[in-house]
Amino acid sequence: MKITKVAKAGTLESNDILIMVMPNESGKVELELESIVMQQFGDVIEQVILHKVKDMGVEGITIKAQDKGALDYTIGARVETAIKRAM
Amino acid sequence: MKSIKTILDRELPDYIDGYGEVKPFQGAFSDGGIKTRKAVKLTSVTPYDRKVLANLEQVYDKLNMKDGMTISFHHHLRNGDHVLNMVVEGLAKRGIKDLTIAASSIFPVHAPLVEHMKSGVVTGIVANYMSGPVPEAISRGELKKPAIMQTHGGRPRAIESGDLHIDVAFIAAPTADTYGNINGVYGKSACGTLGYAISDAEYADKTIAITDNLVPYPACPIEISQVFVDYVVQVESIGDPKGIVSGTTKITKDPVALIIAKMAAEVIKASGLVKNGMSFQTGAGGTSLAVAAGLKDIMKREGVVGSFAAGGITGYLVEMLEEGLFKTLFDVQCFDFKAIESYRNNARHQFMSASMYGNPHTKGAVVNNLDIMILGATEIDTEFNVNVTTSSNGVIMGGSGGHSDTAAGSKLAIVVTNLMKARLPMIKDKVTTITTPGENIDVVVTERGIAVNPRRMDLIEKLSRTNLPLVTIGELKTMAEKITGVPKAVRNSEKIVAVVEYRDGSVIDVVRGSRDTSSAMRSSCQTRALILDA
Amino acid sequence: MERLRRSMLFMPGNNPGMLQDAAVLGADSIILDLEDAVSLTEKDSARILVREAIKTIDYSQVEVVVRVNPLDTEFGPHDVEVIARVKPDTLMIPKANEEAIKLADKMLDQIEIEEGYLAGSIKLIALIETALGLENVYNVIQASKRMVGVLLGGEDLTSDLGIERTKEGEEIFYARNKVATACRALKVDSIDTPFTDTDDFEGLAMDTAKAKSLGLTGKSAINPRQIEIIHSVLAPTEAELKHALRILEAMEEAEKEGKGVFSLDGKMIDAPVINRARTTAELGQRLGLIER
Repeated sequence: MKITKVAKAGTLESNDILIMVMPNESGKVELELESIVMQQFGDVIEQVILHKVKDMGVEGITIKAQDKGALDYTIGARVETAIKRAM
Repeated sequence: MKSIKTILDRELPDYIDGYGEVKPFQGAFSDGGIKTRKAVKLTSVTPYDRKVLANLEQVYDKLNMKDGMTISFHHHLRNGDHVLNMVVEGLAKRGIKDLTIAASSIFPVHAPLVEHMKSGVVTGIVANYMSGPVPEAISRGELKKPAIMQTHGGRPRAIESGDLHIDVAFIAAPTADTYGNINGVYGKSACGTLGYAISDAEYADKTIAITDNLVPYPACPIEISQVFVDYVVQVESIGDPKGIVSGTTKITKDPVALIIAKMAAEVIKASGLVKNGMSFQTGAGGTSLAVAAGLKDIMKREGVVGSFAAGGITGYLVEMLEEGLFKTLFDVQCFDFKAIESYRNNARHQFMSASMYGNPHTKGAVVNNLDIMILGATEIDTEFNVNVTTSSNGVIMGGSGGHSDTAAGSKLAIVVTNLMKARLPMIKDKVTTITTPGENIDVVVTERGIAVNPRRMDLIEKLSRTNLPLVTIGELKTMAEKITGVPKAVRNSEKIVAVVEYRDGSVIDVVRGSRDTSSAMRSSCQTRALILDA
Repeated sequence: MERLRRSMLFMPGNNPGMLQDAAVLGADSIILDLEDAVSLTEKDSARILVREAIKTIDYSQVEVVVRVNPLDTEFGPHDVEVIARVKPDTLMIPKANEEAIKLADKMLDQIEIEEGYLAGSIKLIALIETALGLENVYNVIQASKRMVGVLLGGEDLTSDLGIERTKEGEEIFYARNKVATACRALKVDSIDTPFTDTDDFEGLAMDTAKAKSLGLTGKSAINPRQIEIIHSVLAPTEAELKHALRILEAMEEAEKEGKGVFSLDGKMIDAPVINRARTTAELGQRLGLIER
């Protein structure tokens, strides 16, 4: 499944994550992650985002994420919202 | 060079370049007994000598300022201080290098030190608390020698014993007279008490009063006596009042912090320490003030009159004094205008030097008389050791200040903290840096549970008779990790960038360099990019 | 045992920080709000966030209520669809009227079957905030067996009536009375409208006391700092507790002596009085005000 436009969800407030998604040419899943807890949770955040994308069956998508300490449930919710908005 | 261990199981080298031999921490009260105050050589002053010099250049000439000197400053002008930057700049211009700056605290306003560190003008720093670009630069390894982090009580100990030798003490003086008498209560840069300047004035080889309010002799009142001051110089401004005091410090409105404060007040009540003659101290943060407010309500309801409140004094504590809830205040620094005014006018608002406050090697510090202490933390571990020196990324962003001193002296030391801060659990297996040893921490209060140090069976007994949510410290950690996930350990470089000294001069931990300093104070840090096949 | 519903705290549904802390703020119920606290462009975002929050966060200490959007908007039914499937305790239906309640009830029937939840396990609270809803409150409550309470929405109600909303609250006297009565008759909770000046704690205490005196059983809050005061006002006073205990003691005495009715202080004590005493005593026990 492919998205058709650019969309974003979430905020830069504490405990939230700002997710921006856009379709790409490569057909792959590209992720650029910034986080205030990169060292401690960077791996986990990455996994949560990619897992949600896979679950939703999306390809050819570039994701830019700016994390301010969001918990997993928030990350998943924002990714899902952004993708749905980009359909 | 071999590896030695502290009693808390931290591994340290037995010798550190730029610091010297390492005495490992052996326990909060392991270093007592007979102590010596060093002898001070001074140049006597006759009736024919004049102390007022025209400008700082003359001071440097007269003192024959040289490479490698240790110069000291107090931090009563906080983030409005002009003096430290002024002096270091002046010395740098003369080509002086290799200075050690012994400042009781360093603030963001001291950012120019970073350049001086890079150019070798400043190669050593000794401080009790640091925030802003300077500790970030130190964490990046930009200071030649490891910084030495002391406590508010340990610094005067070091100065008085001779462990910390000061060549020149530059005392920013809101008021000074022509013979060097100093006070902090009058003048356009008034800051209140000068508690952190006393040992410097008394034990430095040379003491200089730098003032923007030179008054005819004699000044009144006198906080630092003329007998300790060599020269006096007047400058345009020693500090910016807006940065010196924080207006009035206010109680937090954050709902979770208020819940924590309420629980802490209940812990205090259940401890049985709320009775006539009690003593109390707290930090100036919003949550700490909320605890003070809770305690005030309890004291008022039960008609309790305390003996003293101590520490950095805020308008809130002044109100409690004026309402008769405490007989007196012991003030080592004033945090706001109300405190300054009260100190100036109210005889019951008393002065306390940093040495009287927390030096463990005197005939008894005020912290020894303290009943209840409210503390903060950046991290706590399952042994109740507390970190207030570094962030979770290992970057220096604070320091003990009076943390270790008050924890050691008080009958009841309570740490109030959120269980998690932006996804980071506050409770860990091992804190990144140990500032205060667990043996001195009695209770940890978070919004989701309260943990009592197993050493305090008496407290556990008292608190289990209440409705408070008592859990073990391990359970608190598990609770947090269940919500946030388990954090990966942060890896720092090998280079030691700071030595953390306990109050008695032993080394309780070291800080190693950090690869990432930008996340200490600001929002985003490293970025990683990932390209995956779908 | 029946859940306490003394306080219900509104939390904006699109704010992760607040959703995470909601359970520790001390309220008996939390209302995760998808309606007024969420802007039109963020309705989808809030819905998904609240859904995930309910699935993940430990809310076992509180009643989880979700205020969905009105069922006659494009958002309402979608909210119910998504949120009901993760089994909140209760859905709050704004601008409640019989039609909306019946619709919600039907949707929930269907979803409970599909998800395998116990029939009727998801409850409803009607938010009465229109003149029509108020006049018809008895029927609105009766429109669904899931109904556990009514929240009175004073701001919207006075707006609908074209009158001013004041701190003293005289203008909602009838509304409070009517809601309290209808709820009592149908044995559901009645929750008072929030007190909107979050810095005026004295006013909050008076407002809550007024609601209590009119028979309302709980109060909603829009700021966590209001909860402590609400609880202390709604708690039985020492005098009320003493009296209740005396009645129960006298009842035990009477039973021992084989008497059916008895008197205390010259007044006859019959079943309704005994019931009220029991409720009061139980509440006192639960709040830790008296020993078992």
